[in-house]
Amino acid sequence: MAQQIPMVDYLVLGDSPHLVANECTDCGARFFDRRNGCASCGGTSFGKVDIPTEGEVLSFTIVTAFMPGADNYAPVVVDLGGTSVRGQIINTPADAENLALGMKVRLTTYSIGADTAGTEAINYGFEPVN
Amino acid sequence: MANDDIWILGINMTKFGKHPDKDVVDLASEAALAAMADGGVTIKDMGVLAAGNLMGAAAGIGQQLQKQIGQTGIPVFNVANACATGATALRTVIMAIKAGECDMGLAVGVEKLSGAGMLGAGFGVAASDEWTPSGRYGAVSAFEGKLGTDMMPGVFAQVGMEYLHQHPYDGADFELFAGISAKNHFNSTMNPLAAIQKDMSVEQIMAEPMIAYPNTRAMCSANSDGAAAAVVVSGEKLRTLSKEQQKRAVKISASILTSDPYQEACQILPDVNTLTRIAAKQAYELAGVGPEDLDLVELHDCFATAELVHYDNLMLCAEGDAVDFFLSGATTRDGKTPVNVSGGLESKGHPIAATGIANIWEICYHLRGEAGARQIEGAKVGLAHVIGLGSACGVHILEKSGL
Repeated sequence: MAQQIPMVDYLVLGDSPHLVANECTDCGARFFDRRNGCASCGGTSFGKVDIPTEGEVLSFTIVTAFMPGADNYAPVVVDLGGTSVRGQIINTPADAENLALGMKVRLTTYSIGADTAGTEAINYGFEPVN
Repeated sequence: MANDDIWILGINMTKFGKHPDKDVVDLASEAALAAMADGGVTIKDMGVLAAGNLMGAAAGIGQQLQKQIGQTGIPVFNVANACATGATALRTVIMAIKAGECDMGLAVGVEKLSGAGMLGAGFGVAASDEWTPSGRYGAVSAFEGKLGTDMMPGVFAQVGMEYLHQHPYDGADFELFAGISAKNHFNSTMNPLAAIQKDMSVEQIMAEPMIAYPNTRAMCSANSDGAAAAVVVSGEKLRTLSKEQQKRAVKISASILTSDPYQEACQILPDVNTLTRIAAKQAYELAGVGPEDLDLVELHDCFATAELVHYDNLMLCAEGDAVDFFLSGATTRDGKTPVNVSGGLESKGHPIAATGIANIWEICYHLRGEAGARQIEGAKVGLAHVIGLGSACGVHILEKSGL
């Protein structure tokens, strides 16, 4: 199997891909970026916490792609068990007929391509749960 | 007028739109000179200058402006606070006067944005032959189109849609937001300073090119060139000026600037709600007026989807009731609380740093009874709201002079 690298460092690959957040030890606020401190309470100590992979769409849009050959895409905010994350709807057409507020989705991964060394970058997205 | 009251003495906005023959200094000078003339004062009366030009934030627009209209040696504050830059310039001058450093000052906001296209800072990732994690997310590629959007039309589309998730609406969301836009485009037909003056039906707006569902092109603020400026004066100083100046002066009953307090999802999708609600609450308390007292409101409709949520955030309606409030016709120019009678940013245009003073100009125009064809009759109290992503929110409550 080719070497893989996650699109972002808060995506954990492997048999059960999932997101991992930096959780403030003092107040429990969760963040996905590198932290200097906690925006909620000012604390400076963090632990890692796994985020559930199924949840509900809190909001969406469909961005029209104006570049020739590019596809429209559907950014979403998803509530994964009480933690909001950003991402995009995949594996379903990005149009208003196939998207709905409150729709149930699950995290899944796909390759965004290989680099010159043959390493594949893996991104996450959300697909509808039927 | 009490000594510690703060007043707008003079104010001006240029026409918004395309100004190919003018640079930012020309536009800023035009607005600044006109604002001072409007107030019957000159640059020699100014004790402080605060100026903003977001796209040229490092260039020092304040001193560039002075070099054209008067280098008097006064302190200059060059400010940058996203789309709230103009309101921040005004707030800076107000604070200087409140602090007793001077009794009169000038706030200016200017931008040249015609043809700028879609705005929004992505997460930059250096190009490389090999996937290399970089930045605070250790990303190997740019986020845009892979992990959502940072383009403003899409961000604010999600802000509006999120509201409809929290407060479910049985009707068609696309048509609802297009209706808000139609109201504003209709209002623009009475505003000769608007970049776009075109009455558009809901159907026409929905038929425009889709930018980020449900925002079509007509539902997005127009990138424009323009400037706005205001002369601020202390109550004590105003009492020494002419009766005519006192009569046309507009009282700043509240000037509030907030940033966004931490909320669970605010680093995922910007939370433009909490800081607006807090600013509005503080402003109403300080001014001693309530939303029911407002004769008109200019709020930050950078996109049609944004206007809806701010009805609620500014407490113009009961919590969760923004859709019904709009559908009742309350926000039309003949309604209970006219909103964006200028045409709003969707038609008036949004030269970023000018916006936070231009919306105050609109309110003053009505409170002075000088708004001509689009005058809201008998207007005594108005509210101007602006929000810059990041975020910064400015809310000003203005009242007609009692004279």
